[in-house]
Parts: sequence; structure tokens; C-alpha cells
Amino acid sequence: MWSRQRGGLKPLRCGVEQLRCRRREREAALRKARREQQLVSKRLLRDEALEEAEEGCVAMIFGEAEIQQFLRLAQRGTEEKEREGALVSLRRGLQRPETQQTFIRLEGSIRTLVGLLTSNQALLQLEAARCLHELSHSEQSAVVEACLPATSYLLTYLSGHSSDFIELCLYTLGNLIVESEAVRRQLLPQGIVPALAACIQSPHLTVLEALGYALSQLLQAKEAPEKIIPSVLGSTLPQHMLQLLQPGPKLNLGVAVEFAWCLHYIICSQVNNALLITQGALSTLGLLLLDLAGAVQRTEDAGLELLACPVLRCLSNLLTEAAAEAVGGQLQLRDERVVAALFILLQFLLQKQPSLLPEGLWLLNNLTANSPSFCTSLLSLDLIEPLLHLLSVSNVVLTVLCNVAEKGPAYCQRLWPGPLLSSLLDTLAFSDTEVVGQSLELLQLLFLYQPGAAQAFLQQSGLQALQRHEEVAQLQDRVHALQQTALHG
Amino acid sequence: MQLPPALHARLAGAPGSAEPLPVERDPAAGTTPFSFAPRLVRFPREHDFFEDGDVQRHLYLQDVLTQVGGAPERPRVPEFTCQVAGCCQVFDALEDYEHHYHALHRNVCSFCKRAFPSGHLLDTHILEWHDSLFQILAERQDMYQCLVEGCTEKFRTSRDRKEHLVMRHLYPADFRFDKPRRSRGPAVPGAAEQVLAEALGDDRVPSEGDAMEVCSEHVEPSPEPAGERRAYSHRIPSTICFGQGASRGFKSAKKRNKHQ
Repeated sequence: MWSRQRGGLKPLRCGVEQLRCRRREREAALRKARREQQLVSKRLLRDEALEEAEEGCVAMIFGEAEIQQFLRLAQRGTEEKEREGALVSLRRGLQRPETQQTFIRLEGSIRTLVGLLTSNQALLQLEAARCLHELSHSEQSAVVEACLPATSYLLTYLSGHSSDFIELCLYTLGNLIVESEAVRRQLLPQGIVPALAACIQSPHLTVLEALGYALSQLLQAKEAPEKIIPSVLGSTLPQHMLQLLQPGPKLNLGVAVEFAWCLHYIICSQVNNALLITQGALSTLGLLLLDLAGAVQRTEDAGLELLACPVLRCLSNLLTEAAAEAVGGQLQLRDERVVAALFILLQFLLQKQPSLLPEGLWLLNNLTANSPSFCTSLLSLDLIEPLLHLLSVSNVVLTVLCNVAEKGPAYCQRLWPGPLLSSLLDTLAFSDTEVVGQSLELLQLLFLYQPGAAQAFLQQSGLQALQRHEEVAQLQDRVHALQQTALHG
Repeated sequence: MQLPPALHARLAGAPGSAEPLPVERDPAAGTTPFSFAPRLVRFPREHDFFEDGDVQRHLYLQDVLTQVGGAPERPRVPEFTCQVAGCCQVFDALEDYEHHYHALHRNVCSFCKRAFPSGHLLDTHILEWHDSLFQILAERQDMYQCLVEGCTEKFRTSRDRKEHLVMRHLYPADFRFDKPRRSRGPAVPGAAEQVLAEALGDDRVPSEGDAMEVCSEHVEPSPEPAGERRAYSHRIPSTICFGQGASRGFKSAKKRNKHQ
């Protein structure tokens, strides 16, 4: 997907503004779908507007007679090219929902298609697979479910060797997986997990990317935590996934993105994260984080944030596992380069995708909460000032500062003096109770551990800043306590 | 956001970190009315926190998937022939040849020249068709392995295995890669020569329409007319035909339709 040449992409006949507008619409549709927990749905897989724009250049609708003729020619034609051509025409027609409907209603049509899929003619196999792929892409359940007789063969072919063919089978399976729980209920006993586990050993990047996509759809299913993830964890898939995420010259971005998302769906389902940790997930992800930070500095590579997002999430969630404590002594998780990398990524996200900043800060919280080592790194690498810069983005900045301050005087000393005071006075001016509350917590710690902090606070009109909140229910007690401390020590 | 200049250098440097500063907590910290304590935070699957990132991910997928599925433009090369003995397919694109080779020549049984979609099925076929030791052992123990990768069940007969495939793994009853070897008594006119050729292990390239059978168990000839309908097991509808009497390949597609 990253540097692949897909000759089939049709030219868009609309301007940049229209594209932006369409993107906003798509984004809105996706947000709505996510809130309704419908994000894994067929209709969202294809950009509908894009399809409409292309309707003009797609083949006509075929009727029963035409379809029958194509099928007959494909099955029994004498000339190889003729048979292939018939299937190509059929495939084009199948891009239209009307043709799809007619096709599935025609008696024996699927059977014939499956017969061609399993025939000995390699090129017919490929075209038949493409026809199936079109059907699998449909928004109509009846059409997609008509593909079900082919699934055992699609899975069988995953153990084959022809990379293009396997890739196609995988994308078709991916579409089927998304269709419904009923479809998945067939695919699971048919052995989709072991089939994927065998196929993931393929050396072909296009196959791996397709596999990652199909697997990510499988893992996103609603019933995944109970019905799918346990068997995935029991297979060799996690080990292979982690291997494919190892940084180094062999790391392929497109492949890594897919498997990072797969890992995220597994980890956030909290089925057995301890197992992943024993397989080295923390270590691999930590190294990957470092690698990513290096990459964002080097290249203008579009899309690194697509990898950054799941990596940040996986690390953050894994750090909450008890097993992480045991492993924490190991390399990466004491290495201050992790903190350096995270800040480089935060800066990158600030430019590229500010909506992901809270996720980066979430990781920073989990890194610093119980780690004197990482808190020290924040200080020794001079990262407090850049951190303060992100105050307007998220309250978590204040939480992180509290994480540092609560470790005692040695830490508070390094937080003081500096821009911290003026930043705090700024946040005290906010009306958001959450933000102010966190600021008050931080102030308490500073007053407690840093002599002179209270004095400086008073001198900078801190009391007036506090007064503003004297009447607010959630803040009152803390405001008064701070006022007392400031005035009387 | 300005990062300290030394930071990038630090990233490129060696692993390690400065000695952590000493931790020294005052019991008064975080006590009423204050409440701060450092906490590890975790988010479950469906949490709203993930909304933005999830939406970006799906936008990306949408862009990508619109490009999948069309036949990619292939660079054309001067025509060349498949080099495998006996095969005269001609190609003008390398990827087409790759697929042809893998489909037809890669997993070929050296005994009977049948092609299989995977090494796994080929191995199973050789074992069940061409290994006399297998036949001997099969008389005494469960030797027929389930065809689904990852399933370790073994069966006494290929029929039992078939039933397992259908009931347990929801495989189609006429799964093309698990047809029993036809018995010596041909049920379809004209099949006699083919059967004989099989028995002799005829050294020929599989003709068009050769199915890729795996199991070799001989099925007793049925007394039913035309050998078309044979009840396989009381649990499988008797209208399903398992190849007994049906010739290989889709020449008989019309016949099969009736059993749909």
C-alpha cells in the first residue's frame, strides 16, 4: 500500500476543495459509526462518493443471459484467451450491484465460479478470484453471503505459493470477515486462524500486508475477545507479528502498520497480555518507538503517524500489566532514549496529527507514574519546558508534572525555578475545573517539597489567582488549604 | 514546541540513563483535601479516547481498499513458454507465469503428476495414495489426518475424515481436495481407461479438469444405477454426491447443480 503501483486507480474528476470536503464527510461518517460501535462495517470499507464519481466509467449492467454466456464461455470455451476474457467481462460487470444481484440469483452461478476458482487453469483461477472479490465487497448481505461456499478453498489457497493469488484471497477473506458474525462463525471452525498462522511465514510483503489487514478485521469483531483472540494468542501468530515489528532494514512500513493495529486490538481487549509480555512485546515495541522517532526526523514519509498511533497505545496499555513490572528491569524500559523518542514523536504529532497528542501524553503518564528513572530522565533531558508547551492540549501534562513532583524534594528542586510557575498561574486562570484541580494538586506538592515556592507564588499574585475559585465546590477545600500554606507556611 | 538540541543526539546514542534521583515522600502529600497519587491508566477497546486514532485508521483503510481488487497493470515481456516438461503454456507477463507455475507445477506429485494447491495437501496425498506402509498401518490405527491445518484429529477411514470435515469444520460436502479415489469398477462410461491409467501411475501431465484428490481409500462399488446417488452417512443428506460416479472436473458441472 505504501509504495505499490496499483495501475487501477481511476483519476478523480474533482478539485482539491471537493476532496477536502469529501474527506470531512467521510470522517464525520466514521465518527458516527464508531460511536454506534459500527466501525467494522462493510459500507465503510469503500468510499461511496468515490464510487459514484466513477459510475460513468464502469461497465454496464448485465442481465441473466449475458452472465450465463460469460460463464459458459469461461467454462467451456476452447481458446484460453477467450475464456479469460469472458471472466474479465464478468468481473467488470460485477462491480455493479444490479449485476451482482442477478448473478447470485442465477442457479449454479456460484458453483461454476467456485469450480473455476479451483480449476487447473491458473489465469482462470485468478480471474475467478477477482470476481469473488467483487462480490465480497458488496454492501448487500445476500451477495456477500453467496461467497460462503468458496471460503474453504480461499483458506486452502493461503498455504499455496502464488503471492498475487494469496493476496487476493486475503482481501476477499477480509471483506467476508467484516460482513457479519454469521460469516465469522463459519470461518473460525474452517480453520482461519491456523491458515493465517501458516501464511504469515510468507516472504512476500504484499501478502503480509493483506494478511495483517484481514487479521485486524478479525480482531476488531465484537465477539473477538471471547471467541477469536484466545485462539490467536494460542497460535504462533503473536510471535510472527512481533518479528515483523522488529526495527531494522527489513521493517516494512505498510506491513508494520497492519500488525501494530492487530496487536492493539489484542492488547486493549485484555485477554492475556502477560503472554505477550513474555514473548517480548514490550521490548519490541520499545525498540520500534525509538526507530519511529528516528524515522520522523529523517524522512517526510507520509503516514508514520499511522504506525505511531497503535505503537503508543500498545505500549501504554502493556505498561499497566503487572507482568510489565517484572520485565521493567529489562533494557528499554529504563532507557532514557524512550523518553527522548516520545518527545520527538510528540513534536511530530503536533505538526502532523495533533488529535493524537493525548495518546502520546497517555504513554508519558504511564512511563512516569511509578518510575523514578523516567521522571529523572524528563528532568535531565530538559524536557519540562517543551512539556509545558503542551499544556493547552491536555491536562495529562499536569498529571505528568505531578508524577514527577510527588517523588520528593530532589525532583521538585529540578522543577524550580523556571517557567513552571508562570504556566501554573496561567492554568489557574482557566475555568475548566479539571485543569484547575490538577494545578492545585501540583501546587500542594511544590509547596511541600520546594522551599521558596510558596513565597514566589505569593509574589506573582498567586493569591488573586486562587481567589477566583474560592466558591467552586470541587475546588474550595483545596484552594483554602493552599491559601493557608502560602500565607502561614 | 522547541526540543533541546541535544535530544536528537541522545536518541542516536547508547542505551542507558542517568542514576535516578532519590525518592523521598512526605506523608502529607496528597492527603485531604488533596488526592493526587500517580496512577497507571488503561483504556479498553471501545473507549471514546480512541475515537480520533480509530477514525484516522479507517480513513486510511478506505483509501487503500478502493485500490485493491482491480487487475494491476503488468509489464509485458516477449512471449515465453513454460519450461516444465510437457507443459506448453505461453506467457507474456512474469506474474502470470508465477501463478501458473505455483498452481500447476510447484506441488506436483512425482508419482501420479497431480497438482495440489499446497505442500501440505501434496504431502497428505503422497502418504495416502502412494505409501504402502500407510495402507498397512491404516488397517490397525487411525491414519487419516484432518485436512484443516492445525487440527490434529486422525481417523480410521477417509469417510470418517470427510464426515469430520463437514460436521466439525463446516467444509462443503463436495470439497474438491478430498475426493475418494474411484473404485476399480467404473460407474461412468468412458472412465475405465482413466481409472486404469491411474492404477498404472501413468506418467502424464494432468489433463484439463483433473481434480486434485487427496485420499486414496478405495470405495466399494455401489449397486445403485449410474452410481450417482450414494448415501454417505445418515447425517449427510443423501442428495450430496461425493464423487462416486461423478467424473472429475467441471465438465459435469451441470450434473452437480442438481445436487445443490
